[in-house]
Amino acid sequence: MDIITLQNKLGLKALNISDPTREVHGGYCGDLLSWVMGRATDEDAWITIMTNNNIIAVASLADVPCIIICEGCEVDDELLNLTRDKGINLLVSEDSEFTVAGKLYGLLNN
Amino acid sequence: MNEPINFHFKVDGSNFISAGEASVNVKKLLRQVGIAPDIIKRVSIAMYEGEINMVIHANGGTADVNVYPDKIQIILEDVGPGIPDIDQAMQEGFSTAQDNVRSLGFGAGMGLPNMKKYTDMMKIESEVGKGTKVTMEVNIP
Ligand SMILES: Nc1ncnc2c1ncn2[C@@H]1O[C@H](COP(=O)(O)OP(=O)(O)OP(=O)(O)O)[C@@H](O)[C@H]1O
Ligand SMILES: [Mg+2]
Repeated sequence: MDIITLQNKLGLKALNISDPTREVHGGYCGDLLSWVMGRATDEDAWITIMTNNNIIAVASLADVPCIIICEGCEVDDELLNLTRDKGINLLVSEDSEFTVAGKLYGLLNN
Repeated sequence: MNEPINFHFKVDGSNFISAGEASVNVKKLLRQVGIAPDIIKRVSIAMYEGEINMVIHANGGTADVNVYPDKIQIILEDVGPGIPDIDQAMQEGFSTAQDNVRSLGFGAGMGLPNMKKYTDMMKIESEVGKGTKVTMEVNIP
Protein backbone atom coordinates (compact mmCIF):
# COMPACT_ATOMS: atom_id res chain seq x y z
CA MET A 1 0.00 0.00 0.00
CA ASP A 2 1.42 3.43 -0.86
CA ILE A 3 1.72 6.27 1.64
CA ILE A 4 -1.17 8.32 0.29
CA THR A 5 -3.57 5.37 0.43
CA LEU A 6 -2.38 4.67 3.96
CA GLN A 7 -2.95 8.30 4.91
CA ASN A 8 -6.50 8.28 3.54
CA LYS A 9 -7.56 4.89 4.91
CA LEU A 10 -6.25 5.61 8.41
CA GLY A 11 -7.36 9.25 8.43
CA LEU A 12 -3.85 10.50 9.14
CA LYS A 13 -2.59 14.05 8.99
CA ALA A 14 0.49 14.26 6.73
CA LEU A 15 3.12 16.60 8.19
CA ASN A 16 5.75 15.72 5.61
CA ILE A 17 5.62 13.53 2.54
CA SER A 18 9.03 13.43 0.86
CA ASP A 19 8.49 10.20 -1.02
CA PRO A 20 4.85 9.23 -1.72
CA THR A 21 5.97 6.14 -3.67
CA ARG A 22 7.18 4.27 -0.57
CA GLU A 23 5.22 1.06 0.05
CA VAL A 24 3.93 -0.13 3.42
CA HIS A 25 3.40 -3.88 3.84
CA GLY A 26 3.62 -4.12 7.62
CA GLY A 27 4.11 -2.16 10.79
CA TYR A 28 6.29 -1.96 13.85
CA CYS A 29 5.16 -0.44 17.16
CA GLY A 30 7.82 0.85 19.51
CA ASP A 31 9.12 3.74 21.54
CA LEU A 32 12.48 2.21 22.48
CA LEU A 33 14.81 3.14 19.65
CA SER A 34 17.09 0.10 19.70
CA TRP A 35 14.12 -2.25 19.38
CA VAL A 36 12.95 -0.35 16.33
CA MET A 37 16.48 -0.26 14.93
CA GLY A 38 16.84 -4.01 15.34
CA ARG A 39 13.40 -5.15 14.19
CA ALA A 40 11.64 -2.70 11.88
CA THR A 41 12.03 -3.50 8.17
CA ASP A 42 11.99 -1.20 5.16
CA GLU A 43 8.34 -2.15 4.56
CA ASP A 44 7.11 -1.35 8.08
CA ALA A 45 5.27 1.82 9.05
CA TRP A 46 6.82 2.81 12.38
CA ILE A 47 4.06 3.48 14.93
CA THR A 48 5.22 5.49 17.96
CA ILE A 49 4.58 8.30 20.42
CA MET A 50 8.20 9.52 20.41
CA THR A 51 8.68 12.99 18.93
CA ASN A 52 12.28 13.90 19.81
CA ASN A 53 14.81 14.47 17.04
CA ASN A 54 16.43 11.06 17.48
CA ILE A 55 13.52 9.36 15.71
CA ILE A 56 14.72 10.85 12.40
CA ALA A 57 18.10 9.10 12.50
CA VAL A 58 16.38 5.84 13.44
CA ALA A 59 13.79 6.13 10.66
CA SER A 60 16.51 7.01 8.17
CA LEU A 61 18.85 4.15 9.10
CA ALA A 62 16.13 1.51 9.52
CA ASP A 63 14.78 2.91 6.23
CA VAL A 64 11.12 2.66 7.28
CA PRO A 65 8.66 3.97 4.67
CA CYS A 66 7.03 6.33 7.21
CA ILE A 67 6.65 7.29 10.86
CA ILE A 68 3.12 7.45 12.31
CA ILE A 69 3.04 9.59 15.47
CA CYS A 70 0.07 8.57 17.63
CA GLU A 71 -2.12 10.24 20.27
CA GLY A 72 -1.91 13.49 18.30
CA CYS A 73 1.46 14.16 19.93
CA GLU A 74 2.84 17.60 19.20
CA VAL A 75 5.63 17.82 16.59
CA ASP A 76 7.90 20.88 16.79
CA ASP A 77 9.35 22.82 13.87
CA GLU A 78 12.85 21.45 14.37
CA LEU A 79 11.62 17.88 13.91
CA LEU A 80 9.57 18.92 10.92
CA ASN A 81 12.60 20.54 9.28
CA LEU A 82 14.61 17.37 9.91
CA THR A 83 11.99 15.21 8.19
CA ARG A 84 12.29 17.44 5.11
CA ASP A 85 16.12 17.42 5.20
CA LYS A 86 16.35 13.66 5.55
CA GLY A 87 13.38 12.82 3.35
CA ILE A 88 11.30 11.07 6.02
CA ASN A 89 7.53 10.64 5.55
CA LEU A 90 5.83 11.78 8.77
CA LEU A 91 2.14 11.29 9.56
CA VAL A 92 0.11 11.94 12.70
CA SER A 93 -2.91 10.14 14.13
CA GLU A 94 -5.21 11.16 16.99
CA ASP A 95 -5.60 7.45 17.82
CA SER A 96 -3.53 5.36 20.23
CA GLU A 97 -0.72 3.08 19.04
CA PHE A 98 -3.02 0.11 19.70
CA THR A 99 -5.78 1.52 17.50
CA VAL A 100 -3.48 2.58 14.66
CA ALA A 101 -1.75 -0.80 14.65
CA GLY A 102 -5.09 -2.60 14.75
CA LYS A 103 -6.49 -0.61 11.84
CA LEU A 104 -3.30 -1.06 9.80
CA TYR A 105 -3.27 -4.78 10.49
CA GLY A 106 -6.86 -5.01 9.29
CA LEU A 107 -6.12 -3.06 6.13
CA LEU A 108 -3.08 -5.12 5.20
CA ASN A 109 -4.69 -8.47 5.90
CA ASN A 110 -7.94 -8.02 4.01
CA MET B 1 48.29 -1.46 -2.19
CA ASN B 2 44.60 -1.75 -1.40
CA GLU B 3 44.59 1.18 0.98
CA PRO B 4 41.09 1.40 2.44
CA ILE B 5 38.88 4.43 1.92
CA ASN B 6 38.65 6.06 5.36
CA PHE B 7 35.88 8.19 6.81
CA HIS B 8 36.70 9.78 10.17
CA PHE B 9 34.28 11.44 12.58
CA LYS B 10 34.47 13.15 15.95
CA VAL B 11 31.39 12.23 17.96
CA ASP B 12 30.17 15.00 20.25
CA GLY B 13 29.28 13.69 23.69
CA SER B 14 27.27 16.67 24.84
CA ASN B 15 24.32 16.52 22.51
CA PHE B 16 21.89 13.60 22.87
CA ILE B 17 19.39 15.19 20.56
CA SER B 18 21.57 15.30 17.42
CA ALA B 19 23.32 12.01 18.21
CA GLY B 20 23.58 9.64 15.26
CA GLU B 21 24.73 12.26 12.78
CA ALA B 22 27.95 10.43 11.83
CA SER B 23 26.06 7.22 11.04
CA VAL B 24 23.52 9.03 8.89
CA ASN B 25 26.44 10.60 6.99
CA VAL B 26 28.15 7.25 6.56
CA LYS B 27 25.00 5.91 4.94
CA LYS B 28 25.22 8.69 2.36
CA LEU B 29 28.98 8.31 1.81
CA LEU B 30 28.78 4.54 1.34
CA ARG B 31 26.03 5.02 -1.21
CA GLN B 32 28.33 7.39 -3.10
CA VAL B 33 31.14 4.82 -3.26
CA GLY B 34 28.70 2.25 -4.62
CA ILE B 35 28.19 -0.14 -1.69
CA ALA B 36 25.07 -2.38 -1.92
CA PRO B 37 22.01 -1.13 0.06
CA ASP B 38 21.75 -4.17 2.35
CA ILE B 39 25.41 -3.82 3.37
CA ILE B 40 24.96 -0.09 3.94
CA LYS B 41 21.98 -0.74 6.20
CA ARG B 42 23.91 -3.23 8.33
CA VAL B 43 26.96 -0.97 8.62
CA SER B 44 25.01 2.18 9.41
CA ILE B 45 22.75 0.55 12.03
CA ALA B 46 25.69 -1.11 13.79
CA MET B 47 27.61 2.14 13.71
CA TYR B 48 24.60 4.12 14.96
CA GLU B 49 24.24 1.92 18.04
CA GLY B 50 27.97 2.26 18.77
CA GLU B 51 27.90 5.99 18.17
CA ILE B 52 24.92 6.45 20.50
CA ASN B 53 26.65 4.38 23.17
CA MET B 54 29.67 6.69 23.02
CA VAL B 55 27.36 9.70 23.39
CA ILE B 56 25.20 8.43 26.25
CA HIS B 57 27.73 6.30 28.15
CA ALA B 58 31.17 7.75 27.37
CA ASN B 59 30.85 11.47 26.65
CA GLY B 60 31.68 11.07 22.97
CA GLY B 61 34.66 9.70 21.04
CA THR B 62 35.83 9.02 17.51
CA ALA B 63 34.46 6.86 14.72
CA ASP B 64 36.37 5.50 11.74
CA VAL B 65 34.88 3.63 8.82
CA ASN B 66 37.35 1.83 6.55
CA VAL B 67 36.10 0.52 3.24
CA TYR B 68 38.15 -2.43 1.92
CA PRO B 69 37.35 -4.31 -1.30
CA ASP B 70 36.00 -7.28 0.68
CA LYS B 71 34.77 -5.73 3.93
CA ILE B 72 33.78 -2.58 5.78
CA GLN B 73 35.39 -2.01 9.15
CA ILE B 74 34.00 0.29 11.85
CA ILE B 75 36.19 1.40 14.75
CA LEU B 76 34.67 3.35 17.65
CA GLU B 77 36.96 4.64 20.38
CA ASP B 78 36.24 6.59 23.53
CA VAL B 79 37.98 7.58 26.74
CA GLY B 80 34.84 7.05 28.82
CA PRO B 81 34.27 4.96 31.96
CA GLY B 82 34.82 1.59 30.29
CA ILE B 83 32.68 -1.54 30.59
CA PRO B 84 33.33 -3.60 33.75
CA ASP B 85 31.65 -6.80 32.53
CA ILE B 86 31.43 -7.15 28.75
CA ASP B 87 29.44 -10.43 28.78
CA GLN B 88 26.81 -8.80 30.97
CA ALA B 89 26.72 -5.68 28.77
CA MET B 90 26.15 -7.88 25.70
CA GLN B 91 22.97 -9.39 27.18
CA GLU B 92 19.68 -8.21 25.71
CA GLY B 93 18.00 -5.88 28.18
CA PHE B 94 21.07 -4.97 30.24
CA SER B 95 21.42 -1.20 30.52
CA THR B 96 22.90 1.36 32.87
CA ALA B 97 21.29 4.27 30.99
CA GLN B 98 20.08 7.15 33.16
CA ASP B 99 16.50 8.47 33.25
CA ASN B 100 17.24 11.54 31.12
CA VAL B 101 18.25 9.42 28.12
CA ARG B 102 15.61 6.76 28.77
CA SER B 103 12.97 9.42 28.27
CA LEU B 104 14.40 9.93 24.75
CA GLY B 105 13.90 6.25 23.96
CA PHE B 106 17.39 4.94 24.75
CA GLY B 107 18.23 2.34 27.37
CA ALA B 108 16.49 -0.79 26.10
CA GLY B 109 19.76 -2.67 26.41
CA MET B 110 19.50 -3.71 22.77
CA GLY B 111 22.28 -1.64 21.20
CA LEU B 112 25.20 -4.05 21.64
CA PRO B 113 23.04 -7.08 20.66
CA ASN B 114 22.00 -5.19 17.51
CA MET B 115 25.65 -4.45 16.69
CA LYS B 116 26.46 -8.14 16.98
CA LYS B 117 23.42 -9.15 14.95
CA TYR B 118 24.16 -6.82 12.04
CA THR B 119 27.92 -7.45 11.72
CA ASP B 120 30.08 -10.45 10.78
CA MET B 121 32.70 -9.66 13.41
CA MET B 122 32.59 -7.61 16.58
CA LYS B 123 35.28 -7.11 19.19
CA ILE B 124 35.06 -5.02 22.36
CA GLU B 125 38.20 -3.95 24.21
CA SER B 126 37.51 -2.01 27.37
CA GLU B 127 39.26 -0.96 30.50
CA VAL B 128 37.44 0.58 33.45
CA GLY B 129 38.49 4.21 33.91
CA LYS B 130 40.35 4.25 30.57
CA GLY B 131 37.84 3.77 27.77
CA THR B 132 36.36 1.43 25.22
CA LYS B 133 37.25 0.41 21.67
CA VAL B 134 34.69 -1.41 19.56
CA THR B 135 35.76 -2.93 16.24
CA MET B 136 33.15 -4.31 13.84
CA GLU B 137 33.32 -5.73 10.34
CA VAL B 138 30.72 -6.39 7.68
CA ASN B 139 31.89 -8.60 4.81
CA ILE B 140 31.21 -7.58 1.24
CA PRO B 141 30.19 -10.70 -0.65
N1 LIG C 1 31.12 2.98 24.98
C1 LIG C 1 30.68 2.57 26.17
N2 LIG C 1 31.28 3.02 27.30
C2 LIG C 1 30.85 2.62 28.52
N3 LIG C 1 29.84 1.75 28.71
C3 LIG C 1 29.20 1.27 27.63
C4 LIG C 1 29.58 1.64 26.30
N4 LIG C 1 28.78 0.98 25.43
C5 LIG C 1 27.96 0.23 26.16
N5 LIG C 1 28.20 0.39 27.50
C6 LIG C 1 27.51 -0.31 28.61
O1 LIG C 1 26.84 -1.46 28.10
C7 LIG C 1 25.44 -1.38 28.40
C8 LIG C 1 24.64 -2.05 27.29
O2 LIG C 1 24.77 -1.31 26.06
P1 LIG C 1 23.58 -1.39 24.99
O3 LIG C 1 23.94 -0.50 23.85
O4 LIG C 1 23.31 -2.81 24.68
O5 LIG C 1 22.32 -0.82 25.77
P2 LIG C 1 21.96 0.69 26.16
O6 LIG C 1 22.86 1.62 25.44
O7 LIG C 1 21.96 0.80 27.63
O8 LIG C 1 20.47 0.82 25.61
P3 LIG C 1 20.01 0.89 24.06
O9 LIG C 1 21.23 0.68 23.21
O10 LIG C 1 19.00 -0.18 23.87
O11 LIG C 1 19.43 2.26 23.88
C9 LIG C 1 25.17 0.09 28.59
O12 LIG C 1 24.01 0.35 29.36
C10 LIG C 1 26.46 0.55 29.30
O13 LIG C 1 26.44 0.20 30.66
MG1 LIG D 1 23.13 1.43 23.37
